[in-house]
Amino acid sequence: MATETHSTEAAANGAEHAEEGSSLVFHPMDQFIVKPLFGDGPVGTFTITNVTLWMALAVLSIILLLVVGTSRRAVVPGRTQSIAELAYGFVYKMVEDVAGKDGLRYFPYIMTLFMFIVMANMLGLLPMAFTTTSHIAVTAVMAMVVFLSVTIIGFWKNGFGFLSLFWISSAPLVLRPILAIIEVISYFVRPVSHSIRLAGNMMAGHAVIKVFAAFAALLAISPFAVLAITAIYALELLVSFIQAYVFAILTCVYLKDALHPHH
Amino acid sequence: MATETHAAATDAAHGAADAAHGATTSVCLNEYGGAIGMPQLCGEWMGNQVFWLVVTLVVIFFVLSKIALPRIAGILAERQGSITSDLAAAEDLKHKAVEAEEAYNKALADARAEAGRIVAEAKAEIQSELDAEIAKADAEIAAKSAESEKAIAEIRAGALEAVKEVAKDTAKEIVAAMGGKADAKTITSAIGTRMKG
Repeated sequence: MATETHSTEAAANGAEHAEEGSSLVFHPMDQFIVKPLFGDGPVGTFTITNVTLWMALAVLSIILLLVVGTSRRAVVPGRTQSIAELAYGFVYKMVEDVAGKDGLRYFPYIMTLFMFIVMANMLGLLPMAFTTTSHIAVTAVMAMVVFLSVTIIGFWKNGFGFLSLFWISSAPLVLRPILAIIEVISYFVRPVSHSIRLAGNMMAGHAVIKVFAAFAALLAISPFAVLAITAIYALELLVSFIQAYVFAILTCVYLKDALHPHH
Repeated sequence: MATETHAAATDAAHGAADAAHGATTSVCLNEYGGAIGMPQLCGEWMGNQVFWLVVTLVVIFFVLSKIALPRIAGILAERQGSITSDLAAAEDLKHKAVEAEEAYNKALADARAEAGRIVAEAKAEIQSELDAEIAKADAEIAAKSAESEKAIAEIRAGALEAVKEVAKDTAKEIVAAMGGKADAKTITSAIGTRMKG
């Protein structure tokens, strides 16, 4: 995948790259460049870019899976409908188990996040693809939305009782102020770890694949490089799903804290 | 890191190349369109990403909450409903089957009892008829044998007379042939003594 991306870049300045063909050249980060789909102009806020394209494809995939796939409403489901029901049941059960029954009213929001992340991650594994979830700007917005939402829900549902989340009543009284400081810090670090975990995982995997792809140009180690790409690709498939799952389940955990702040 | 290698390599290789070729449109790109550092940290592109992300999430949320999720929930509920009703129907049918089996067993037992009764009746009837016939036959046999005995006695008496007669005649003839003269009275008494003896 990375080689193709590389070749598109190379097409723009092919001659120069061909000259340096003797030395090994890595462009592992070029696959993350945001560029306009039409023309070569600057990237403004509303420019239609590869971000737009791959997010639109994610939306399309979700519609195909969850809307078109279930359009027959079969009592005995077909293949696509089974996957749609599986995804629904998976997230529904996760919200119910982690956040509790009263967390279920937020199920559509968590389902939205989960479906978007899992689809964007999977689509990002296609050759030539752009991985929208590898960008910290994207994951940070989602993490901040989750952070602000659960904080607002926490205060709205519990009033100032929400602050008891930081006051661990099961700990000895002397330790409580110290623990409260740690809890507050960890609470505010949540969106950071929440977003960097996803973006970092996606970026690292794709960059590593691309580095191995560059090694594949050397005849002596190309079989090893191709094997390594295959292995990492398999790992990345797993990571794509697991990171979406982790993002969703952490959202549920934060939601649980907001709904039931008392330890 | 790899990016630095790249940047250094490109700088070295293309330092002299004409800058116009690599139409750089961003502060995050070098003159050949390659990334400078991490594209993730390029502030220039973040607005675009955030805007399209928000659009995407809003679209997905409305598609999910208005169409997909209610539909899937409906499908699952419908399936649960049909499973429940099917189970109830199966339970009902099971009850019916048990009832039918009981009725069958009862009918079978009744039929057995009835058959037993009929057999016993038939046996008793046959037995009484048989007894009557045997008694009748015994009586007939007794009558016949009495009659036969009588006939045998008659025949026996007749035969004795005939023997006496033949003996008398034979004796008379023998005596006559021997030159004697037998009177009837003597012969008769002699034969009577002999035959008694």
